[in-house]
Amino acid sequence: MTALELENLTKSYGDRQALDGATFSVGSGEIFGFVGSNGAGKTTAMRIVLGVLAADDGEVRWAGRPITLDDRRRIGYMPEERGLYPKMKVGQQLEYLARLHGLTAAAATAATKRWTETLGVAERLGDEVQKLSLGNQQRVQLAAALVHEPDVLVLDEPFSGLDPVAVDVMSGVLRERSAAGVPVVFSSHQLDLVERLCDRVGIIRSGRMVATGTIDELRRTDRPRWAVVGPPPSAWANQLSGARVLSDDDAAGARRTVVETPGGDGQDVLAAALAAGSVHEFAPSRPSLSDLFRHAVASEEAAR
Amino acid sequence: MSTLPTTTPHGPAPLSTVQATMLVARREIDTRVRAKSFQITTVLFVLVVVAGILVAHFVGGRTHTIDVGTTDGGVVAAVQQAGRSAGLDLAVTTVPSQDVGEAKLRDGSLAALVVPEAGGSDGFSVVVKQTLDSQLRTVLDGLARQQTLDSEVSALGGDPAAVTAKVLGAQAHVTALEPQSQQDTAQLVVAYLAGVLMYITLMIGSQLVAQGVVEEKTSRVVELLLSTVRPAQLMAGKVIGIGAVALLQVGITVIAAAVAATRTGVLDTSSLQMGPVVLWAVLWFLVGFTTFSILFAALGALVSRQEEVSSVVTPVTMVMVLPYVFGLAVLIPDPHNQIGTVASFIPFFAPFLMPIRAALGVAPLWELLLSLAISLVVLPVLVWAAGRIYSNAVLRTGARVSLKDALRG
Ligand SMILES: Nc1ncnc2c1ncn2[C@@H]1O[C@H](COP(=O)(O)OP(=O)(O)O)[C@@H](O)[C@H]1O
Ligand SMILES: [Mg+2]
Repeated sequence: MTALELENLTKSYGDRQALDGATFSVGSGEIFGFVGSNGAGKTTAMRIVLGVLAADDGEVRWAGRPITLDDRRRIGYMPEERGLYPKMKVGQQLEYLARLHGLTAAAATAATKRWTETLGVAERLGDEVQKLSLGNQQRVQLAAALVHEPDVLVLDEPFSGLDPVAVDVMSGVLRERSAAGVPVVFSSHQLDLVERLCDRVGIIRSGRMVATGTIDELRRTDRPRWAVVGPPPSAWANQLSGARVLSDDDAAGARRTVVETPGGDGQDVLAAALAAGSVHEFAPSRPSLSDLFRHAVASEEAAR
Repeated sequence: MSTLPTTTPHGPAPLSTVQATMLVARREIDTRVRAKSFQITTVLFVLVVVAGILVAHFVGGRTHTIDVGTTDGGVVAAVQQAGRSAGLDLAVTTVPSQDVGEAKLRDGSLAALVVPEAGGSDGFSVVVKQTLDSQLRTVLDGLARQQTLDSEVSALGGDPAAVTAKVLGAQAHVTALEPQSQQDTAQLVVAYLAGVLMYITLMIGSQLVAQGVVEEKTSRVVELLLSTVRPAQLMAGKVIGIGAVALLQVGITVIAAAVAATRTGVLDTSSLQMGPVVLWAVLWFLVGFTTFSILFAALGALVSRQEEVSSVVTPVTMVMVLPYVFGLAVLIPDPHNQIGTVASFIPFFAPFLMPIRAALGVAPLWELLLSLAISLVVLPVLVWAAGRIYSNAVLRTGARVSLKDALRG
């Protein structure tokens, strides 16, 4: 079920077009990965969702209707530019933020206690934020996004700068929240993480979505790819019309070749390889998210 | 998949503008009142003001009561009366004997001892330790002349009381072409204090607002805040919170000053209607603080580092220094100064000049109200422009944002 929709968002800074009709939606309980190279418009889109920035055109909808300030209070946000009051104590700070999101004093205290315990910073409640290590500051920042029990999570590069343990904590929290029905959107450059965590992914390029869907959907292509472990491609690949060798590794004595074909079920590929020598492995090869992303970025670079 | 959480199970109520603003203000008050810097400056203010009053008391206070002793109970009333008509506060006491009186002169508890002239005549003589205070000498000389005059009048068969009344009633009649209302010391002192306090608090308070805005920008917490409160709510909360703290600080200082002044009797405020003067000062503080702190908040939003704050607010600081200096240097010595009177109606200048004029007692009620109204009319425009600048600039960290860009958005 669709919870959060971004439709046709447009935004320019002066004559610099940051968003150019960006559109995607996130269902409840879904983790949506928002990827794109630097300057593609991810932060701008998220800021518009939060109402921190106003779009030139387009609309953000929540539950099918235009989003309001009260809806936005129910979003948990982690800005790309992290920040808390450096001289305020962790506990006071989180309680204050919770109250700004509409929690009562008692509820704010309880939520602060619960989230600092979950995130492992409970013993730092009475310390000023500036006295915490960077890792712990990141955890407090995540607590700040979660402390008001949000109905949506919008996290701008939540994994950047996290140590591996914190990455696991963060991943766990995102999974747990989405399992509770909360739609989650996050941007990241760590594509392996995105691939592991996300139900759906959107790739943005120059302010425009170039691909949106489940990773399986994105990988599906009308030009199937095949991986062959066997004879070197020079001996057989040129016999296939329209085929393109994408990679050719010769690691540990096993020659692994990936070819892209115009179509078909790959039997012609297997036959050609078998004719050239013995084949140890033959399987369909699907592009990883990094491949898809690199492809998108490459065409962006070319477009510039 | 679970149902869409349109109704929130945790039940946080939507926040009204007032609630949001008050939460922001509360945080400002909480963190600032607890800060060492606030406590230290408040103690310093109180110490300086109370010390000033005590110095005034011990340096200037001595002339206020002069202790005079006499062996003749009959002259106590006469000496006291003569002192009062000369504007001198005499404490006249009787001593049992001249020896006791002289001992008191030596230990300094009496300034002069009045003893009847030997031989029972009407005159009296004065014993002092070293010299007779010149003002006291004038009083006692006058008393001696009066007594001599009385006895001569009686000797001639006249009525001394009638003659005295006639003599006292005779005086030159003065017609002033441009009568000037006379300000007494208390009015001048209160006007001076009003001017200085207003300047210091408005300046410090507004700077604190600008620094607070920049603090949120530097630490980048502002983006998190603006994702849940509107820029206007954040700005208003900050202004209200810091304003309340500034008012608290002045309040503590003024109360300490008032207690010290009345205890020591340094300031005779009987010529002043302290109630209205204080009320107007508070009103003008509120108007002035709102005006300037909103401006400072907008200007603060243009920069990203604390070191840049003072340069970005300089133009407005000038606008504050000008009326302050003018008020103290020109308006207080010359309460009817024309430029000062006109300027006290101009927004930005009025908060500094009107409280001074009110304290000097030269501003009729209609002038006070008119000036207040003019300043209030300007406020909405100011709020609008400042809000625009603030919300456009506060998320742009890095280089200083130009005023033009911020206004344009
Ligand atoms: N405040 C701003 N002023 C001018 N240009 C901006 C501003 N913020 C972002 N941009 C530009 O808008 C484009 C999109 O930026 P951003 O949304 O931050 O991308 P991403 O988060 O994907 O890296 C970039 O070209 C960036 O330079
Ligand atoms: Mg970004």
